[in-house]
Amino acid sequence: MTAEPGTALPRWIWLPAALGAAVVALPLAALVGKVEWAQFWTLISSDSSQAALLLSLRTAAISTLLCLVLGIPMALILARRPFPGSGLVRAVVLLPLVLPPVVGGLALLHTFGRRGLLGDSLEVLGMDIAFSTAAVVLAQTFVALPFLVISLEGALRIAGQRYESVAASLGASPSRVLWRVTLPLALPSLLSGTVLAFARALGEFGATITFAGSLEGVTRTLPLEIYLQREVDPDAAIALSLVLVVVAAAVMTLTHRRTRVLR
Amino acid sequence: MSLLRVLPLVLIAALLAGCGSDDDGNTTLQVFAAASLRGSFEEIADAFEDQHDDVDVRLNFAGSSELTLQISEGADADVLATADEPTMAKVADLLGAPATLFASNTLRIVVPAGNPDQVTGLADLAGLDLVVCAPQVPCGAASTRVAQAAGITLSPVSEELNVTEVLSKVTSGQADAGLVYLTDVMAAGDAVEGLDFPESADAVNHYPIARLDDSADAELAGEFVAFVAGADGQAILREAGFAAP
Repeated sequence: MTAEPGTALPRWIWLPAALGAAVVALPLAALVGKVEWAQFWTLISSDSSQAALLLSLRTAAISTLLCLVLGIPMALILARRPFPGSGLVRAVVLLPLVLPPVVGGLALLHTFGRRGLLGDSLEVLGMDIAFSTAAVVLAQTFVALPFLVISLEGALRIAGQRYESVAASLGASPSRVLWRVTLPLALPSLLSGTVLAFARALGEFGATITFAGSLEGVTRTLPLEIYLQREVDPDAAIALSLVLVVVAAAVMTLTHRRTRVLR
Repeated sequence: MSLLRVLPLVLIAALLAGCGSDDDGNTTLQVFAAASLRGSFEEIADAFEDQHDDVDVRLNFAGSSELTLQISEGADADVLATADEPTMAKVADLLGAPATLFASNTLRIVVPAGNPDQVTGLADLAGLDLVVCAPQVPCGAASTRVAQAAGITLSPVSEELNVTEVLSKVTSGQADAGLVYLTDVMAAGDAVEGLDFPESADAVNHYPIARLDDSADAELAGEFVAFVAGADGQAILREAGFAAP
């Protein structure tokens, strides 16, 4: 978007804006500056690093899928069919956005843990998710879901229901309207919400360490591996951090392009 | 320039200037200590302040490796106490005096109160949901040593990043057993119990303390080190379950 003629921003606004950019960009630049490029490949290709990266990509992908399956219906209902108390439901669903992740981990522990709310029922069903990859996925879904719901719900509200009414009046079934009108119209926001959810799942640390534990190939995702590597090999930790930044940035950029094309 | 144009600049300047300034005239002593020392060092700091009128002891607790990283990156610290000697050795160049050993700690098998799985030694841990520290951190290195001494291989369901996580996995009932320090068991209260085992003697962690070369007040830093190693400090440490160095 370019500036409209006749509109102007106060000039001082550049100063805090530049400071804000520096607050984010400087630490990232410092991280890149610390990377030992000569050994970069060796550092990131150790068995434990590879295991952590693969586990992270796998779990984040599954969590994102779960977020889509659960989040799209939630966003649709919150945006289109508010019910008494739906405001409260929205507030609760969005809570993980502002909750410290470790608190989320504790909450999950007291729900799905062995002595948790559902612990006994899960045991009866023969499901012990303690220290399993499923626990990692659960923790990631918990923290990532609100990102998807909030982006999609906002888009649905702004889009309004005009096209949907027209499609319905022409005889389209509710499901057909959903697949052919509602979701395609909201696609850009759906995509950006999906990316945010994926990125959040990829970076998840606090809930995972509290709830799922840390074992190579099973529950030790890349952020946990970075934290552990820092104890013995800070150079490896920095190299792995860069990998995480690059993966997240790549996904963001790709979708941003795609979204702009769609718009 | 109108006030509205200047105000944001003033606010930003104020933000940048920060608000931290000690104007009570007290000398501040920055003590960096291993996480396992939290309870004891809080008491020691209080006792030290009681004896030194114009001194504020500021404590920073974290994993030992974390602390040495912070110090290597230039954090202002007067005194450093770590949970083992190899970690202290990482900052050997930055010490103002050779490190003094002031306490030791050994591992215990930690189980839920009542010991539901009737664990009596390391060999009983096979088949249980066991949680230990990752071998990369001091408590994990100690766990590996006791397993070697017992001639067994531990097969944990999780290798945690620090000893606190191990303990909380057991207190919350997620895990059946864990390996933590005796002092952790004592601090955890009634929810868990600690079991001694013969091989614990093969992995004794010795805690070193030293003043740092960069300390603004080397004399005071030295006094704190002596206080920890002296009768008052030792009494507090013994109370928490630490053994003599």
